Amino acid sequence: MKLLEVKNLKLYYQSTRGTVKAVDGISLDLAKSEALGIVGESGSGKTSLSLALMRVLPSNIDTNEGKVILDGKDITQLSEEEFRKEIRWNTISMVFQGAMNSLNPVLKVGHQIAEPMLLEKTVNKKEAYKKSEDLLEMVGLPKEIFNRYAHELSGGMKQRVMIASALILNPKLVILDEPTSALDVSIQAQIMNLLKRFKKELDISMIFITHDIALSSDLCDKLAVLYAGEIIEKGTAEQMFGKPKHPYTQLLLASIPGLKQDASPKFIPGAPPDLTSPPTGCRFHARCPYRFDPCDKKPPPAFKIEKDHLSRCWLNEGDKK
Amino acid sequence: MIRLEDVKMYFQSRKGLFKTVEIKAIDGVSVEIDKGKTLALVGESGSGKTTLGRLTLRLLKPTAGHVFFEDLNITDLEEVHLKSFRRRAQAIFQDPYSSIDPFMNVHQIVEEPLIIHRIGKKKERNEMVHKALEDVRLTPTQEFSNKYPHMLSGGQRQRVGIARALILKPEYIVTDEPVSMIDASSRAEILHLMKNLQDKYRITVLYITHDIATAKYFADRIAVMYNGRIVEIGPPEKVVKEPIHPYTIKLLAAVPEPDPSNRFKERGVVEGEPPNPADIQWGCRFESRCQLQKEDNCKSKQPTLVQIKPEHYVACFLKDKDKS
Ligand SMILES: Nc1ncnc2c1ncn2[C@@H]1O[C@H](COP(=O)(O)OP(=O)(O)OP(=O)(O)O)[C@@H](O)[C@H]1O
Ligand SMILES: Nc1ncnc2c1ncn2[C@@H]1O[C@H](COP(=O)(O)OP(=O)(O)OP(=O)(O)O)[C@@H](O)[C@H]1O
Ligand SMILES: [Mg+2]
Ligand SMILES: [Mg+2]
Repeated sequence: MKLLEVKNLKLYYQSTRGTVKAVDGISLDLAKSEALGIVGESGSGKTSLSLALMRVLPSNIDTNEGKVILDGKDITQLSEEEFRKEIRWNTISMVFQGAMNSLNPVLKVGHQIAEPMLLEKTVNKKEAYKKSEDLLEMVGLPKEIFNRYAHELSGGMKQRVMIASALILNPKLVILDEPTSALDVSIQAQIMNLLKRFKKELDISMIFITHDIALSSDLCDKLAVLYAGEIIEKGTAEQMFGKPKHPYTQLLLASIPGLKQDASPKFIPGAPPDLTSPPTGCRFHARCPYRFDPCDKKPPPAFKIEKDHLSRCWLNEGDKK
Repeated sequence: MIRLEDVKMYFQSRKGLFKTVEIKAIDGVSVEIDKGKTLALVGESGSGKTTLGRLTLRLLKPTAGHVFFEDLNITDLEEVHLKSFRRRAQAIFQDPYSSIDPFMNVHQIVEEPLIIHRIGKKKERNEMVHKALEDVRLTPTQEFSNKYPHMLSGGQRQRVGIARALILKPEYIVTDEPVSMIDASSRAEILHLMKNLQDKYRITVLYITHDIATAKYFADRIAVMYNGRIVEIGPPEKVVKEPIHPYTIKLLAAVPEPDPSNRFKERGVVEGEPPNPADIQWGCRFESRCQLQKEDNCKSKQPTLVQIKPEHYVACFLKDKDKS
């Protein structure tokens, strides 16, 4: 049974340069206790997508449409009040990009973890603090951390605090936006191990957002590659790493430096397009080494490669089944 | 080109009102980089990489030890005598968001060092800027010259930073890459570019990074830092493929490689936190996190770098015996 289904989601911003099409018709789905990776370079729309799901939107929204179905119910129909009460943080919670730097410096971290629960007003302070302590332990921090302030913690410890706070109301889905990109590889590995454990033990679904496709293989059962506001390829981890179909995904994988192989990592020349005026046809065509006749004229639809595996590339037209 | 001799850098940091604590950020490092070569400095956050980089540029004055630039001992030189050194040695801070003035256009950003060092007339400077932008492939240069930082992608901003550092034709460059927000493709692109320019101008490079996997392709030697000391140094193929120090082995196990079966197993990690550089014990600094069978020395003495294989040096008592 699907926990989450997103259909043709759009989020456009107004800007002085024109409409920024940050999320441009994204569809995806996620089952219970599954982890979905959203991978894409800077500016591809990863954070915008998650903000649209959480309905935490800036004021300069131009367009916000599409369906978000959670447990069979279209939550885009809910009023803001209902959404806050039933969905945000209770059912879907999030670790925001760079949030560990926005911990309140004058509040004890234990209190900050408990805060969403205190706002709920269904439990008393003592219970909320108890839960906060338990969560600290779960994320591998000693209980004493409860009484510490943010500046007394290392980056890795702060990120654990943010993860604890996202878990306090037992959500069904946690969105993690670049949770490790400000951490070094050793601490990153510790956080990833923690997330893996949670996924297994708590039956939580996760959306894991990252610019690092290699890292996504550490957690994700499924992967969606985002390019200029569109999902250009998605599939299971095995499909995406084993037989990627879209040239962008292939090149992205070839750019990862391997410890074992000797070939030096490749890169994708050129820059991503301006989202106020996305290119005609395929959005990747100008950087694509395999472009041919239709690429700059007709936008490719999502061709089905096999079950669960879709690729938005004219080269895959023949593969359609 | 660059040589450090038993360099130490201790910071005094206030704790509370009256107490100060001494932070041993660098505690006895000797290393050298040959002309035209690249040394990569890897290691976890807080191990002292940036501090070491700043010491080689004399942006910091060491507490003890000596720093040489070619044959010049720059350890105690006054700022006035450092003038020519300042031109010949440059830094690139790879954080494309904070290291560039948002109100200057690309031309002004790249031209500024020439103005600071009073080099050339306006017309010659324009020519040099044009050349530098071409070198980093920000072409057509006319078009990029007039752009402001917010109009550039992350990778393009980094190239502006490189052009700015290269315009003075330095012989030595420190590139300090903080934990990075850039994707693998942009990083590979920048490093390919750097490599070409380095070969073209025979530049000596200190490449500071967390990313031991990219270091493998772009460095002639890799030095692994732990808690203010170099624990292993050698050619990349040795350090990455046949690591010897237990810390290097753990660090390599933490590097993510794309493999869908990763999600079914936990990654190898170095358990625990690194020791506080303000509170260093006597023995080997990795001792508290080391999982090998220890001996007495580990707790009581500091291991020094010992050559274990040709060109491959390691600071570990337990590995000394494996010398070949
Ligand atoms: N409030 C806003 N108003 C206008 N444009 C915006 C706003 N927020 C984001 N954008 C633009 O929308 C695009 C997508 O941004 P988004 O933050 O979603 O990207 P991202 O994939 O999360 O990038 P990163 O990896 O750098 O975090 C970018 O071009 C960005 O400049
Ligand atoms: N000016 C300073 N005063 C006091 N302590 C300092 C100062 N500069 C650095 N330190 C300390 O010295 C140690 C080494 O810091 P350094 O910035 O060199 O580490 P790093 O290896 O570059 O880390 P990162 O990978 O996070 O950039 C740290 O414990 C740091 O807190
Ligand atoms: Mg983002
Ligand atoms: Mg640093």
